Amino acid sequence: MTNKLEKDKKFLIENLLSEKPVNKNIEDSLAEFKNEKITVPHIYVGAGTCGLASGADKILKAVETYLKDKKITAVVIETGCIGLCSSEPLLDIQIPGKNRISFEKVTEEKVADIIDKILNIELPDSKILGQFKSPKMLSWENVPFIHEHQFFKKQMRLVLKNCGIVNPVNIEEYIARGGYAPYLQTLRKKSSITVCDEIEKSGLRGRGGGGFLTGKKWKFAAGTESDQKYLICNADEGDPGAFMDRAVIEGDPHRLIEGMGIAAFGIGATKSYVYIRAEYPLAIKRLKIALEQAREYGLLGENIFGTGVNFDIKVKMGAGAFVCGEETALINSIEGKRGMPRPRPPFPAVSGLFGKPTIINNVETLANIPGIMENGYKTFAAIGTEKSKGTKVFAMSGKIAFTGLVEVPMGTTIREVLFDISGGIKDNKKFKAVQIGGPSGGCITEANLDIPIDYESIIKAGAMMGSGGLVVMDEETCMVDIAKFFMNFIQSESCGKCIPCREGTKRMLEILEGITKRPSNDNTYSALERVNGVIQLEKLSTVIKETSLCGLGQTAPNPVLSTLKWFRHEYEEHIFDRKCAAGVCTELRIFKIDVSKCTGCTVCAKKCPSGAIIGGKKTPHFVVQDKCISCGACVEACKFDAIEIL
Amino acid sequence: MQIEEILTAHKDSERDSLIPILQEIQEAEGYLSREAVIRVGKHLDIPTSRIFGVATFYNQFRFEPTGKYHIQICRGTACHVLGSSTVLDVLEKQLKIKAGKTTRDGLFSIEVVACIGACGLAPVICINGEFHAKVNPEKIKQIVETLKNQNS
Repeated sequence: MTNKLEKDKKFLIENLLSEKPVNKNIEDSLAEFKNEKITVPHIYVGAGTCGLASGADKILKAVETYLKDKKITAVVIETGCIGLCSSEPLLDIQIPGKNRISFEKVTEEKVADIIDKILNIELPDSKILGQFKSPKMLSWENVPFIHEHQFFKKQMRLVLKNCGIVNPVNIEEYIARGGYAPYLQTLRKKSSITVCDEIEKSGLRGRGGGGFLTGKKWKFAAGTESDQKYLICNADEGDPGAFMDRAVIEGDPHRLIEGMGIAAFGIGATKSYVYIRAEYPLAIKRLKIALEQAREYGLLGENIFGTGVNFDIKVKMGAGAFVCGEETALINSIEGKRGMPRPRPPFPAVSGLFGKPTIINNVETLANIPGIMENGYKTFAAIGTEKSKGTKVFAMSGKIAFTGLVEVPMGTTIREVLFDISGGIKDNKKFKAVQIGGPSGGCITEANLDIPIDYESIIKAGAMMGSGGLVVMDEETCMVDIAKFFMNFIQSESCGKCIPCREGTKRMLEILEGITKRPSNDNTYSALERVNGVIQLEKLSTVIKETSLCGLGQTAPNPVLSTLKWFRHEYEEHIFDRKCAAGVCTELRIFKIDVSKCTGCTVCAKKCPSGAIIGGKKTPHFVVQDKCISCGACVEACKFDAIEIL
Repeated sequence: MQIEEILTAHKDSERDSLIPILQEIQEAEGYLSREAVIRVGKHLDIPTSRIFGVATFYNQFRFEPTGKYHIQICRGTACHVLGSSTVLDVLEKQLKIKAGKTTRDGLFSIEVVACIGACGLAPVICINGEFHAKVNPEKIKQIVETLKNQNS
């Protein structure tokens, strides 16, 4: 560690993390840490996984090349994701005395011009996302503020407060912004039972999807006597379509560490694990760096700041099994076994990891804790609805204008999130449904768009909160195909321990595949089986729901039941008319050759794998429907656009 | 012999180190070879069949070497809604292999992953850790062609 870092560390610990009241005269020094008072230009690049996917690494290279060529001294900071994925890559520049200004959809070519102009206090010709409001600095003229942007205006950012704004792996900045003080105050002044009480009174419920009162769950473990207790943070975000946990860890890992510290103190755990997906290498990297920094500052380890509390965090990488989001399966996985659930009770809070009391919380749940401790549980309880408190982060994806992360108070309607914040459906297409809760969830249709977002209302509408992934679908999405997609996912992710889930989901998938295919031969039993399957589909769903061992199986039929409830006509169209209006189920397509366009070049007939195209040379060809398998090879082969899809 | 180094680092370890050890071996060698599994069994005193049982349970573990370009294609919900199944079809047709396999020349391998977590930029693929966002059949063809040309 260099001398400056040592000095900074000492300064921050003395003024912000010691038992003395916070010194009010250090605002100026803190502004430096918070990058509010700078002497050289600061350049920020949104470099979360989504930023990198849209080319942030190239932007970073271009920035560095430019600075080197022009011999300009500037600080380049890689931030996490601010949550507006559709505008990435983002490049923010802050020059001394002026507000930080953010550019969207930046390309390598534009980088030099943008920095050049900004350094000369001019506005470049590049799309501006907005400027950040700051009390001490001059604002840019005719540049809108970011917090007034349609996407951010209605949001209430508690968990995502720092994401995309701060340097995620800079503990000094986190502490200067008030971080880790609530954690140390808790350790010094509160008892574990008070902590559990406050969290219970705040009304925080599990953000992983279950919605169980967090404080209540903690009390189970706090009340169990044991020589060793564990806290596990579930960062195995296996739910396809949700990415808020990744964004929090990539954008603000210290918030999670602090939340874990408080939670562990509340239940009396001295050891904890973060079980994180191996598919998130960047999040793992940043979390490990943040953990090192926290150890360096003495915030983790033995006898933390002289309070006598011991606490440390280990990172365990998940190996890619969706079922490991189920707590008992997750425990088995950490123990080095196959990730299979076991019946409960005993609940993990009584007998969990290595047989010891264990509490498992989701990333978003834990990231809420520091805020509750800092502002008091009453402030948190004042946000949201009667039974669902606080905010919820939603991951918006699919056919929507602004994709990304939206954090709103509970009780906001889905319509607001979809149309006011996320800008409505892409390309002015017609809205069909929004899928919420991943493979265990269901669809919300036009009829239910005005329901407030809270655990109970969403369940009433036939879906579930899940981890908060909202996948938006328009008229070009086939709901039967979506049901089939989820069934396929569940079927391959089922651990195989209990029969209803292992065999039942397989049968359901077969039935759905039967519906979305043209029967190859109507003379055998296949048609009979298809009809039989269709008749049994709902009954089979009920049986799987009632008899499966864990949540994965119990919720597996939800996507099918939900699409059946709202889009029965689509199923009927597939079954009776053998048609897919959205044109997604490729095997139901019917091909017809336009006689006027066909030149008789025979290319399609040669390409056809089932010999379904007949016709002589230089005469129009025809498709024999009984032989056609709807593979589409002929369409790709035809150079004259002569083959139509009906 | 990287396996030995990894096992030395995990000296006196118990059953709960099994998955991290397998992950490190795969990280180093690209896949889990038969020899590696046997060796880990000896080290941890766990029957090889048990280890194989654990390794086959998780999607992450592979038992065949990957290609020089390991293409991970995301099949999450958002990617599916925006057409990742077509992308996968095109990829399989172009490379003439099924997902989970490696081409005969050892250049490409395809792996289907559940969700990369970049849903806002769907459909997404990831080649050797480098992400490509908003891919479509044309884009994927181009990417594969470019890589092929680099190696011809």
